[in-house]
Amino acid sequence: MTTHTEHQAQQAREPLDVQDPRLGRFDIVLEGARRDDIEIVHYEPQVVPGSKAERRLTRTVALFFLLTGLAATAFLAIFIWWPWEYAPGRGGDKWYTPLLGVTMGISLLAVGFGILTWGKKLLPKEVSIQDRHEGAVNEDDRIITGQTMLYMADELGVKRRPLLGISLLAGLVPVGAVAAAPLVGGLISQPHKNNQMFTTGFAPAEGGGKVRLVREDGRPVRPADVSTGGQITVFPGIEHGVSNQHADSPTLLIHLRDSDAQEARQANERIGHGDYMWGNYAAYSKICTHAGCPASLYEQQTNRLLCPCHQSQFLITDNAKPIFGPASRRLPQLPIEVDAEGFFVAKSDYTETVGPDFWERP
Amino acid sequence: MKRRKIDMAAVPGNAARGVDDRFQVATPLRRLLNKVFPDHWSFLLGEIALFSFVILLLTGVFLTFFYEPAMTEVVYNGSYAPLRGTPMSAAYASSLDLSFDVRGGLIMRQMHHWSALLFMASIVVHMMRVFFTGAFRKPRETNWIIGSLLFWVGFLAGFTGYSLPDDGLSGTGLRIASAIMLSIPVIGSWLTSSIFGGEFPGTIIISRFFIAHVLLIPGLLVALISVHLGLVFKQKHTQWPGPGRTNGNVVGERMFPRYALKQGGFFMVVFGVVALMGGLFQINPIWLFGPYEAWVVSAASQPDWYVMFLDGSTRLMPAWEINIPIGDGYVIPPLFWPTVVLPGILVGLSTLYPFMEARHLKDRKSHNLLQRPRDVPARTAVGAMAVSFYVVLTLSGANDVIADKFQISLNAMTWAGRVGLLVVPPLAYYLTYRVCLGLQQHDREVLAHGVETGIIRRLPDGRFVEVHQPLSASNGHADGHGALEYAGWVVPKKMNRLGALGPAIRGFFYPIEKPAEAPVSPGHPPVEARPEREEITSGEPRR
Repeated sequence: MTTHTEHQAQQAREPLDVQDPRLGRFDIVLEGARRDDIEIVHYEPQVVPGSKAERRLTRTVALFFLLTGLAATAFLAIFIWWPWEYAPGRGGDKWYTPLLGVTMGISLLAVGFGILTWGKKLLPKEVSIQDRHEGAVNEDDRIITGQTMLYMADELGVKRRPLLGISLLAGLVPVGAVAAAPLVGGLISQPHKNNQMFTTGFAPAEGGGKVRLVREDGRPVRPADVSTGGQITVFPGIEHGVSNQHADSPTLLIHLRDSDAQEARQANERIGHGDYMWGNYAAYSKICTHAGCPASLYEQQTNRLLCPCHQSQFLITDNAKPIFGPASRRLPQLPIEVDAEGFFVAKSDYTETVGPDFWERP
Repeated sequence: MKRRKIDMAAVPGNAARGVDDRFQVATPLRRLLNKVFPDHWSFLLGEIALFSFVILLLTGVFLTFFYEPAMTEVVYNGSYAPLRGTPMSAAYASSLDLSFDVRGGLIMRQMHHWSALLFMASIVVHMMRVFFTGAFRKPRETNWIIGSLLFWVGFLAGFTGYSLPDDGLSGTGLRIASAIMLSIPVIGSWLTSSIFGGEFPGTIIISRFFIAHVLLIPGLLVALISVHLGLVFKQKHTQWPGPGRTNGNVVGERMFPRYALKQGGFFMVVFGVVALMGGLFQINPIWLFGPYEAWVVSAASQPDWYVMFLDGSTRLMPAWEINIPIGDGYVIPPLFWPTVVLPGILVGLSTLYPFMEARHLKDRKSHNLLQRPRDVPARTAVGAMAVSFYVVLTLSGANDVIADKFQISLNAMTWAGRVGLLVVPPLAYYLTYRVCLGLQQHDREVLAHGVETGIIRRLPDGRFVEVHQPLSASNGHADGHGALEYAGWVVPKKMNRLGALGPAIRGFFYPIEKPAEAPVSPGHPPVEARPEREEITSGEPRR
């Protein structure tokens, strides 16, 4: 508190004539601080000029700066001459990025420490006190500004001429809408075009036959291709079927063991999907009904399918019902059969919506 | 013609006069040079965020020269042999080229990523500093709001940024983002379809994210950061209580030269650390993830750390689906609550907190002095509750990795997270509150009784007591009289903090010069009274 009152006392003092030739430079600095309501209450050199400590610190700072130059030069040399192009194996190119990082890091750290040492150790320590001038609100100015603005409102006379206000509002709202219209209109896209949210690549083409199940390389799948207890990812055998264009279509074809297949078939029958399996083979959508990640970790022993993103678990022998985690809906099942040539085909498209849930999903 | 001689010594002065004639800068410049900043290490945390943002801009501009924001399918034919011949998007191929076929491209990419992580980390730590010390109180509520918005805008910047390479990991993240948008009731499918230009993934999302990441979001960040800094400047920085420090002044250093030098040096140090990290520590090795394919994912697919709390909340959410049996039926998926509603609540709570606290305490005053966390146990406990909530969620975002590494059942981890989310925050509140009270009590005890000396004295009746060193001459004993008043700042609790033992001798291998004398007040140079101050002069004699 004392410093505060003293401070006010000081403000009342006559300003110094800075053009007085007898003043030293620091006196003018002090006067400048005073004019900004700053008291420099403590100003103490940290090193005695010409002392051993000063010479030592100067050397340290200089050393840091020289180290910067050295490391930066090394960086440039490595950048230019080090073999950098990627080659398989454990070649020298693997050292390129680490060496660049080390040399750049050292050069920047050294210049940083150099500046810090200079500033922190060689410059005088000081404690200054500046007034915040807070709470010292100029009440007069508040009144003047407030009244000026109200006066402006009076002059515009919206209150006296309400038609102006109403017509301005009526004009501005559409103008605002004009600004937003191109953006909204350009971006907006009907989500149910071609019924895209409810169909996948397995939908039979118009007039075309049933869609084959193919592997990632496009080859169709025979029952013998999947060993008992095994599973493979299959795709619709259409153009771009194995690509992100049909991100909803990847399907897991599982060859269940006899007992498990029996259980799965019974479960299927309970919900009226009696003919969805073919033999001991069942096909379930790989796209998690929770957030759309591929539910791709299949545990053979328990017939559980785990989604690695949020750990939803689906029990394959019970219509892929979610049994743990945040998913709330079972994985849709693809009805499959084997065509005349012995390849798997989809009897029809998925009969339930594939992928993450949304508001209007029936 | 005689050549006029130029007086070199007068050139700077004349130039300065010329500038001032035209722009009248002398007065504002004097104010700037003289502006006093309080100093404390914790005030530098926000600086780290600012500096990493500068690094982000510098490295980011470099990356744009090589990155191609297109989802056109190309066949990779670059240097990285394992992926040669693989069909992939142009965005992924150009990101691979950046890493393998552009000289110095990899270190720039890694520095960009590391500084993004550092940016978010320093924002969070800075925010905690501001919260726990009460720096958000009037008149700084606006800056608190801007700061918490900066976290969320930074979050968006990070997400759009790490989606750009279009690799296997980021594509999965994008897929989840699309599912999150889909989950919003009523408008979900329209929103997703509009942003992705049709069904996921479409062909446009990468270029839209690109323009958001390099223009819209950085523009917003620059604007918010400018206002944030401008307000710090205008409202002047808060300070800790201490000798001579009041609510109405700023005690510290003038901005130039020492304070500015320290800032510049610190920037270089941050830059240097990021360079070291970018060179030495691998981050986001996109070439190992392969191109994004909707059917491929691996376990331990974790987002960047600042997104992990949302991943965690998603994992912990029970499968509660709300069905609305109207017409064909409508659904609110469980995904909606942890990823849309929860962040909404967090934004609301964090931005409104200053007003809620002021209302609760009926506090309308301006505060420029910081509070030690222990002195406001309720706020500190609320903060601890928020932090523990965030930590439980973040850990749950990695619960599959924890389950794997520590051989714990995955489902047990999920349940532990669910229970922990409800139990740990209240527990943190209670414990923090008690710890704060305990610390307060100890401060008062030292002020009343003095510092423990470690000297045990035996009394004539055989009892042993420890000798206490009183902090002031007047306070002798526990009679309560003459006890020092608590000043809202550190109370020395050890003899060497009192200066009784003297500071350690400086010098690494051998002592340098003579040991300095004991400081009067630890951590702060003494504030002397006015008369001494008058004696500071240039040292030049007044003629």
